[in-house]
Amino acid sequence: MLVDSPPEQSADRTAAASAPEPVRRHALRAAGLLLAVGVLALVCVASIAIGAKPVPVSDVWHGLFQNSGTGSDVVIRDLRVPRTVLGLLVGVALGLSGAVMQALTRNPLAEPGLLGVNAGASAAVVTAISFFGVTSISGYVWFALLGAGVVSVVVYLLGGSRGATPVRLALAGTAATAALFGYVNAVQLLDSAALNRLRFWTVGSLASADPATIGKVAPFLAAGVVLALLIVRPLNAMEMGDDTARALGAHINRTRVLAMAAVTLLCGAATAACGPIVFIGLMVPHLVRAVTGPDMRWILPYAAVLAPVLLLGSDVVGRMVARPSELQVGVVTAFIGGPVFIHLVRRKRMAQL
Amino acid sequence: MQRLTAESVTLAYDRRVIAEDLSVAIPDNSFTVIVGPNACGKSTLLRALSRMLKPSGGRVLLDGQTIQSLPARQVARTLGLLPQSSVAPDGITVGDLVARGRYPHQGLLRQWSQEDERIVGESMAATGVAGLADRCVDELSGGQRQRVWIAMALAQQTPLLLLDEPTTFLDIQHQLEILDLCAELHETQGRTLVAVLHDLNQAARYATHLIAMRGGRIAAEGAPGDVVTAGLVERVFGVRARVIDDPETGTPLVVPLARRGGASSAPRASASGAAAGVTAAAS
Amino acid sequence: MKAVKAVEAVRAAKAIRTPGGLSVRVDPRAVLAVLLLLAVALGVAVVLVGSGDFPMAPGEVVATLLGDGTAAQEFIVHDVRLPRVLVALLVGAALAVGGALFQSIARNPLGSPDVLGFAQGSSVGALTVIVLFGGGSFATAGGAMAGGLATGAAVYLLAWKRGVHGYRLVLVGIGIAAMLAGAIHYLVTKADLVDATRAVLWMTGSLDGRDWSHFWPLLAVTAVLIPLSLAYGRPLRMLEMGDDAAYALGIRVERTRAVLTGSAVLLTAVATAAAGPIVFVALSAPQLARRLTRSPGPNVAASAVMGAALLVVADWVATSAFGDRRLPVGVVTGVLGGVYLLWLLVTERKAGRI
Repeated sequence: MLVDSPPEQSADRTAAASAPEPVRRHALRAAGLLLAVGVLALVCVASIAIGAKPVPVSDVWHGLFQNSGTGSDVVIRDLRVPRTVLGLLVGVALGLSGAVMQALTRNPLAEPGLLGVNAGASAAVVTAISFFGVTSISGYVWFALLGAGVVSVVVYLLGGSRGATPVRLALAGTAATAALFGYVNAVQLLDSAALNRLRFWTVGSLASADPATIGKVAPFLAAGVVLALLIVRPLNAMEMGDDTARALGAHINRTRVLAMAAVTLLCGAATAACGPIVFIGLMVPHLVRAVTGPDMRWILPYAAVLAPVLLLGSDVVGRMVARPSELQVGVVTAFIGGPVFIHLVRRKRMAQL
Repeated sequence: MQRLTAESVTLAYDRRVIAEDLSVAIPDNSFTVIVGPNACGKSTLLRALSRMLKPSGGRVLLDGQTIQSLPARQVARTLGLLPQSSVAPDGITVGDLVARGRYPHQGLLRQWSQEDERIVGESMAATGVAGLADRCVDELSGGQRQRVWIAMALAQQTPLLLLDEPTTFLDIQHQLEILDLCAELHETQGRTLVAVLHDLNQAARYATHLIAMRGGRIAAEGAPGDVVTAGLVERVFGVRARVIDDPETGTPLVVPLARRGGASSAPRASASGAAAGVTAAAS
Repeated sequence: MKAVKAVEAVRAAKAIRTPGGLSVRVDPRAVLAVLLLLAVALGVAVVLVGSGDFPMAPGEVVATLLGDGTAAQEFIVHDVRLPRVLVALLVGAALAVGGALFQSIARNPLGSPDVLGFAQGSSVGALTVIVLFGGGSFATAGGAMAGGLATGAAVYLLAWKRGVHGYRLVLVGIGIAAMLAGAIHYLVTKADLVDATRAVLWMTGSLDGRDWSHFWPLLAVTAVLIPLSLAYGRPLRMLEMGDDAAYALGIRVERTRAVLTGSAVLLTAVATAAAGPIVFVALSAPQLARRLTRSPGPNVAASAVMGAALLVVADWVATSAFGDRRLPVGVVTGVLGGVYLLWLLVTERKAGRI
């Protein structure tokens, strides 16, 4: 319900009017995607080169392909590369899950961080660490998946599934997040050993990346990516409303279940690996939509490429601003994402309450 | 004497100007209906008249004074509005909702007088929702709910009542009920009504004073019998039509022309020349 | 005939009238609910004063309060336990009224200050003091107050665009909350373990060690703002019908919203400064109160006593239900909050109202 907006809104036809014929549009989008991949490669190099111990770009190459055990080579192979690879994987996961969630809920503000999915994974991991004595990533990734799954279903239902409006869904997610972090705090309070371990995890950081972690979460992430790509076409149909989608022959319920499963896999595994990170899943799909338009077949690949750009970029920024210490990537994305989110809220005509 | 007038107002949302230099006077004791195509500014004008929207130029006068300068309660005792979108609070009963219309007449120490009680009862009786007084508003049908909101506006007991598309989303039976109710209020209680309507024929039948808008301008105004002509319909709505006498009431009845060849696909071809003065400003 | 019936239905909501033309609306059910909750709150408060390492029967507590106790009892009651319980009552009432106002402004049962970033703002303020300056409990309270008010102002200003609409307030608050959560996590990682524990304890919300110096500022703020909120209850009820309808009834929409947002922020900030961001009192108390009174609208009075009752009950559970282990009250409200959310899920979703 919007009271301050013009009663009749003129349709936005600029996109349709200025669009060149399909072939050229596809070529443009493909070229854009290629460009994005190029940017991603640059960011990866930066992520390997920049840090407490700066490494010249030539040494990056050396460390990657001609490991000879020099100081920089060790830093690169043992610290920077795993960190960058993990950032890449988690970025892809968060970007894709954000795009899928926005399409599934038809809600421009849907985001795994805001909707409490990451918080659900956190609460489950905290439980695992504190009550079940789980210490390794291979143990708590299952808990993270369980937590993410349960919370995404609860929030979806609490947000009024079918009648969900952006505000309702965001409120449901935030309320769930508040409840879950209240629980996390309580556990930490009763178990200060857990607090010491957890406080570095709940902030959302790539600092503890190692090849074992990557190996453990990669299969889940891969499964999530495949699932997300499989439901691209029905998601496209569902963006026009359930009834239209049904009329177009999409299986609504199956798509919903698959989409939730994809989001759970992607967010659960990503959160298990590096703690809850907010706003990546929100910002990237919005950015992408501005370039590609509303076609999920283009949104997903773009999001998969640009989200790690943002995540790794934020990580690099975090390493640069607080030298020789560092700002965790979760803090950086929160502070970049917050203003973007508020800008979206102010600009959009978020109808209905 | 006209109690409610707009003097060369400019109406805009942010920087998007909807209407410029628009002047309107609502005749007292009239049932004024504003019609026009989508996006012509008719709802915006109504919002300005009801002080929901502050004009960025010019002024709206109520009893000779700028409406924004008057105390909010005083305006609310003179001028009522039925907005397009209202939210019934969860679990509120019909009686309670209608009673809220008494707000401008109440105070901290005068919360519920016998007069309030009587007027609320009368308002519900007038709109035919008295039997629903104990029901929850959530449970009602669209038509019933609209009547409840009208009852609330009536309970406000204002000599002027503005209605923004009161018949939208209602079926034909309920549309007619609401309009009959409006006509009755106008005739028996002497209130001045201003309504935005979509249906030109309904407007012509019920209005005593018709304002036709296009592109933020007044295209024509006056008694429906004088205003509604084939030329006006084409000029304002871009539809070629015959205007005949309504066999029931004698008011004008607009009958769109049948499709002949490709004629209807280019109805504006002749309009651009015939009504250049109006449509030029509109586009 | 119908008119008569309608008049009778409306009359069910009773009014007290004087011959001079004054009239006050009285809803017997709401009055009963308020009295009942008040009795519960005060009763549990007396029990709470009597419980602890030096147990006292409720009768002894009352006697001591009336001045008939032994010297030891006097000391325990007046210097140790009474201020804590009074702080609990006021914090509960302040949080609940803040929640009632916000839920009403946001037109959503989930739109409460602890969801909308104010608790996080207070936390950032308090944590800054604890972690970066190593300040004591007073400086922490001051930091929390400053953080809460600054966040309130920021949310209101950022949501302003030709007026503040409920939905924009909610969404901007959510964005700010997520940002501040990042800052909180960062501050916790910066601290050494002792400070980190203190920070987490503060963020959980606890009444331990609260004394008269916490009570007086709380009393001063609530004594002004709760009556003010009560007085604005009527226009706020009109606001729930949408801005246009409220305007049409002669409400100064923006002013009402500004005053009420301001007092909600202040109440929340002062309560949080006193006891930490105790979750879910603000969220659940107004809704529970509404179900008791069965009347729509913000129900400010009923919410206030409900909040007070909830918090003393939660504190009583936290301090006595787990044997020797005295938990901070925030742990109990947090668990209750989870249950409440699930309950909301089940009941409200059926009604399609969330």
